[in-house]
Order: sequence, then structure tokens, then C-alpha cells
Amino acid sequence: MTGFAALLRKDLRVEMRTLRSLPAMALFAVSAFVIFRFGLDREQLEGELAAGVLVPTLLFAALLAINRLFLAEREEGGFDLVRLAPVDRTVLFAAKASALVIYLVVLELVAVPIFALFFLDSAAGLLPFALVLLLADIGLAATGTLISTIATMSSARDLLAPLILLPLLIPLVIAAAGAGEHLLASGGPDYGRFGTWLALLGLYDLIFLLVGYATFDFLLDD
Amino acid sequence: MANALKSITLRRLAIAAVLVVGAGYALAFFAAPEDADQGFIQKIFYLHVPLATVALCGWIVAAIHAIRHLRTGDPKHDARSYVSIHISVIFGLAVLLTGAIWAKGSWGVWWEWKEPTLVSFLIVFLLYATYYPLRYAIEDRDRQARYASVFAITAGAFVPLNFLAVRLAQPLIHPRTFSSTGGLPDSMLWPFLVCLVGMGLLWATLVWFELDSKAASANLKRIRRALEATA
Amino acid sequence: MIPVLAIENSDRYVGGAYLVFLLLLLIYVAIMAAKLARIQRELGSLAELSERRGGRGSGHDVGQIHDREQAIETVRGATHREEAAR
Repeated sequence: MTGFAALLRKDLRVEMRTLRSLPAMALFAVSAFVIFRFGLDREQLEGELAAGVLVPTLLFAALLAINRLFLAEREEGGFDLVRLAPVDRTVLFAAKASALVIYLVVLELVAVPIFALFFLDSAAGLLPFALVLLLADIGLAATGTLISTIATMSSARDLLAPLILLPLLIPLVIAAAGAGEHLLASGGPDYGRFGTWLALLGLYDLIFLLVGYATFDFLLDD
Repeated sequence: MANALKSITLRRLAIAAVLVVGAGYALAFFAAPEDADQGFIQKIFYLHVPLATVALCGWIVAAIHAIRHLRTGDPKHDARSYVSIHISVIFGLAVLLTGAIWAKGSWGVWWEWKEPTLVSFLIVFLLYATYYPLRYAIEDRDRQARYASVFAITAGAFVPLNFLAVRLAQPLIHPRTFSSTGGLPDSMLWPFLVCLVGMGLLWATLVWFELDSKAASANLKRIRRALEATA
Repeated sequence: MIPVLAIENSDRYVGGAYLVFLLLLLIYVAIMAAKLARIQRELGSLAELSERRGGRGSGHDVGQIHDREQAIETVRGATHREEAAR
């Protein structure tokens, strides 16, 4: 348990001190919102358009974080230290994935209110949507950590991670956008298929956390 | 002896594939009745759906080989996983092309987002297409095989989940699906099943064929290395 | 005017689909044939290499057998040519 806490604390402390991922992610998201405003030529968004702008933007911002997840390890050769440490590899997976979830939540705490400010006329659906986003973040973190580890040891790491991740994350987009379409509707949130989408997200999270747990060992065995 | 056994099996497999595929499509065109709703164009069903089913099973089989590879470290499991994915990707390409032709013939459009199988297939195909750049980007043989196996397992877990997700995304009314086998009359079901088995045999034949070819190339490399070493 | 190919539209789509599948299969066969050709070439060059090595090393017997085989082949070849000429 302490190994997990130590690894997580290290990552968070590095991020807080150097602030190299979070500000970039937030800036990216806000710029993307502006681009969408002009790309779609709209000042108000609701329902499926709102979900269609918010969810992909968060996804692409997340890719920025995922690409840099092992940046510290690569730059300072920290991988070897971690590998030699008497920590179960799975703990590293849990720590990295948790760090990623935290980054995503912080990003959303900044980006979603700004999105609401720019485009939404009612913030009523945002609270249930936050639950949707949290579940999606967990799934994103599980797959993202797994694929980031695979990509980080390859020669084309910057390209490979997004390339592999985008198809893998489509079910998350389907669920989050599907829920968002109803929650961000103009007449107020509609809980039509809320349960279905939450179930799909939960299933995705469960499956890929399991896959990560079962296979992560083999990625760092050298 | 083991090699002789293997080549007999490949030949038998190939013969079985030819016979069953031949019988299947003969049945499909000469025994199965024409579909009342779709007309003659429904005959594509006997090609498109077996291809899709076999490709999907092939990817799951690849995931199973990958698990065995991670468990045992034996490179032959990695080879089987790689070739299974490769042949399934080719079948997958055929699924997308035949699906597009079917869509054009049925609805006049080359692509239909409301057809859940076609859309799911596109997504899965996009995922497995990244398998090749992944392998080529990792030079260390052992690591390449291990990472590819983790990918194959992740992707294998993804396939059923993706199908579920896409189906959920379809509009609840009027989905335009042409791939369902539910409610098929017997006169169409049996030809379909024969075609399905035939496609499976074809897939297995191609996988075996490719594995043999790879084994031969590998052996040649060994011989060359041995010969050049005794210079 | 009677159209040469009085094929209905749906026939062409069905035909097209099966044709696409057949073409993919044939392209695969062509690629495998190219691989086989490469294997043949490599095998041939390895056979040469091993003969040269065999001849240099312990090879007198091997060399003799090889010469006899070649002699037989030339005789056989000459007989074939005789028969063909007749």
C-alpha cells in the first residue's frame, strides 16, 4: 500500500512543481472550444452538439496527458529505479492510472465550467454529467496507462499511443456523448438512457482495469 | 515426423476448405430461396456474415494464443497470435468491402452508419490495423512479442465490448441491420451454416499456410547462419 | 437492340461482392507465391553454399559422388535430346 502511495505522491508532486501537463491540457481544451465556436458557427450548444464538442475535446486533451505519462521516467531514467524497487508491477499500474484520473478530474474542473460559460444556457445537467465523466475518466486511465506503457518503449511513441487509443476509446465516447446528449438538452436534463450509459461505462472500466491488472507485469519484465 | 504430420494436416485442411466452401456456395445459390424482402442481393449475406463471424473469432483466437505466449514465453504462440490477427485483418477488409457493396445495392449508399455490424467492424479494423506499426516500432524481438501479446489481449477484450457499445448507440427505432441471423428459415440457415464452416476452414488453412511459410523462412535463416558461422 | 448483358442491377452487386472476395484471396495467393519464390532462391543459394563447404572440408567422397551425378545427368540429357531429335 505504501508503494502505491509513494509512487502516486511522486507523480503528483512532480506535476505540481513543474506544472507541465495540466496547464497545457486546460489551454488546449479552451482553445478547442473557441475553434468549435467558429468551426460550427454557433454560440449556443445543447444536446448532441454540446456533447459532441465537449467529449471529444476532453478526449484529445487527455491524449496529451497520456503521451506524457511516463515523461519523467524516460527523461531521468526513472524506469530502471522503479523496476528495481521491491514494488509489485501492478502497483505501478494502479499509481499511474490513479494519477491520470486525478489529472483528468482537475482538467474537467476547469474545462467543463468554461464550456458551460461559453455555450450552455443551463447548468442543471452538469452534476449527473460529472458522474458520467468520472466513470469515463477511469476507463480512459486504465486503457491510457496500458497503451502508454506499450508505446513508451517503442520508437514511434508520440504517434503510436493516440493511434492505438482512439479506436479503443470509442465505446467511452459513445457512452459519454450518449449520456451528454440527454443531460445537456436545452429543456433540462433528461435521464432517458442514463442507466444504460452508466452500465456500459462501468463494464468498460471493469474489463480494462482487469486486463491492465493481469498483463501489466509482462510489460515491465526485462 | 512432426513436420510430415503438419504438412499432411495442411493439405487435408485445404481440401476440406475447398469442399465445404464449394458446397456452401453451391447451396447458397442453387438451394437457398431468394429473400422475399431484399431479393437477389441478399445472396451477399452468405459471404459477408461468415467472413465477419470468422474474422471476429479469429481475433479472439489470437488473444488466446497471446495469453499462452505470455504464460509460457514460447515464441510459437506469438507466431500463431500474429498470423491469426493478420488473416483476420484481411478477412475484415473483405467484410468492409462486401458490406459497402451490400449497402449500395440495398439502400443506394456506400456506407450506412445505422448498420451496427459494419460500424463495429470499422472500429475494430482500425484498432487491429495499429498492430503492424506497433510491432515494427519495437526492435527488441522478445519485447516486441510480449507487447504485441498484451495488445492482442486488450484488443480481444475490446471486440465484444465495442459491439455492445455500437449496438447501444443505434437509434432505438429503425436500425438498418442486414446481418442478423435471427428468424432465418431453415432453407437459408443450412446453406449459411455450411458457408460459415467453410469460411472457418479457409481461415484455418490460410493461417496454417502462413505459419508454415514463416517456419520455413526461419529455418532457412538458421541454416544460413550455421553455414556462415563455419566459414 | 437486345442488350448483350441483360443483367439486373442486383446481380452486379452480388457479383461485385464475390469478385472482391475472390480478388483479395488471389492477391494473398500471389503474395505467398512471391514468398515461396524467395524461399526457393534462398534454398538454392544455401545448397550451393553447403556444397562448396562440403567440397572444401571432408569432401573427396562427396566430390566424387557429385561428379558421378553430374555425369549421369549429362548422359541423361544427351539421351533426351537424341530422342527429341528423332
